[in-house]
Amino acid sequence: MSSVYRNALRMFAVIMLLAGAVAVAQADDDEHEGGRRASVSNAKWQAECGSCHVAFPPRMLPAASWREMMSGLGKHFGTDASLEAPVALEIGAFLEKNAGTGKQEPTAKPQLRISETRWFVREHDEVPERVWKNPLVKSPANCAACHTRAESGDYRERNIRMPE
Amino acid sequence: MSRINTLLILLLVVMSGLAIQPALAETPNQILSAVESSAKTAPEFRGFSATRGEQFFKSTHGNDWSCASCHTEDPAGSGKHAKTNKVIKALAPSANAERLTDPAKVEKWFKRNCNDVLGRVCTPQEKGDVIAYLLTTRK
Ligand code: HEC
Ligand code: HEC
Ligand code: HEC
Repeated sequence: MSSVYRNALRMFAVIMLLAGAVAVAQADDDEHEGGRRASVSNAKWQAECGSCHVAFPPRMLPAASWREMMSGLGKHFGTDASLEAPVALEIGAFLEKNAGTGKQEPTAKPQLRISETRWFVREHDEVPERVWKNPLVKSPANCAACHTRAESGDYRERNIRMPE
Repeated sequence: MSRINTLLILLLVVMSGLAIQPALAETPNQILSAVESSAKTAPEFRGFSATRGEQFFKSTHGNDWSCASCHTEDPAGSGKHAKTNKVIKALAPSANAERLTDPAKVEKWFKRNCNDVLGRVCTPQEKGDVIAYLLTTRK
């Protein structure tokens, strides 16, 4: 039963952290593109959503997409990324709060891949086909293959190095 | 004066929040014995085997991936996510002291990774065999 107690303590810690994250987030009015601004952060999001790939910045998808994604983590792009409910709630709130403002057709199913959004396709239309096919890239979702500082949320042009 | 008191209280609240943050750490052997107590409820339980764990780790189980697809055949070296290419730090505690010290984290990854590799959760026997194997691998 000590795990119930431990969970209660964790929840408390989470609330403290969330308060901090919200304070930081309020200083930031986002748009989805570019990597110029200091990025918002949240420790749980960084740890949980950054374990299998870089933690994709919240501004890169609209709130509806994050909501849809967080409700289906058990089947996440062919892999099990499930989380305990309190952690999922905290991360979901952080993502939605800092989500991009890009509009979608209100009737359309929320887009789950950043790499399929209109802005992504536009920003990357000059990347040659052979670079996408390079085994070091493998997938457009592998941002870090070209954005050398993606790990820290920095997608600025000067930190892009495409593998040959 | 009361302003200072408020500040002090705030500070205390924040500090207690910080003090609670780190997960209660355990040793890999403590984690192994917890797995053992649940494995023991099966009457046929005869202990864990690192050799069996190694075999399990390196084989596929009906799906595309084995454990080694991401963690490599050498768990004391670093791995790479089979789909995303992201580097994964070594799994063996001999090479990475953070491994097998946080019971909740260990449970979370066994659940996810067994689901991906076997399409089901791992049994306590399978988990114990894998942990026994990870504890024997050295750099
Ligand atoms: C267990 C591993 C794992 C965890 C944990 C995980 N993901 Fe993923 N994620 C993946 C895989 C695998 C893909 C597919 C990558 C590909 O197609 O190249 C993916 C893809 C994505 C994509 C789409 C990328 C694109 O534009 O194509 C988003 C967005 C995403 N994840 C968000 C998240 C968020 C948010 C979290 C935390 C709640 C998270 N992921 C946690 C494994 C994971
Ligand atoms: C194959 C290499 C490659 C991959 C993989 C890649 N990008 Fe890019 N990205 C580029 C290049 C090249 C540009 C610059 C395009 C230009 O400015 O002409 C760019 C531009 C951008 C920009 C605009 C930057 C600015 O300041 O103008 C953003 C944001 C961005 N990428 C995000 C991402 C994200 C998020 C991912 C992963 C989901 C990703 N990229 C994956 C190569 C890549
Ligand atoms: C698709 C890739 C993938 C596969 C396949 C995979 N894992 Fe993992 N595993 C990961 C990632 C990613 C992590 C988290 C990495 C981190 O914390 O740095 C992880 C973490 C773990 C951990 C957590 C250890 C700790 O204490 O931090 C254990 C245990 C583990 N894996 C065991 C297994 C076993 C057993 C299998 C086979 C049934 C397996 N993994 C298959 C990707 C994978």
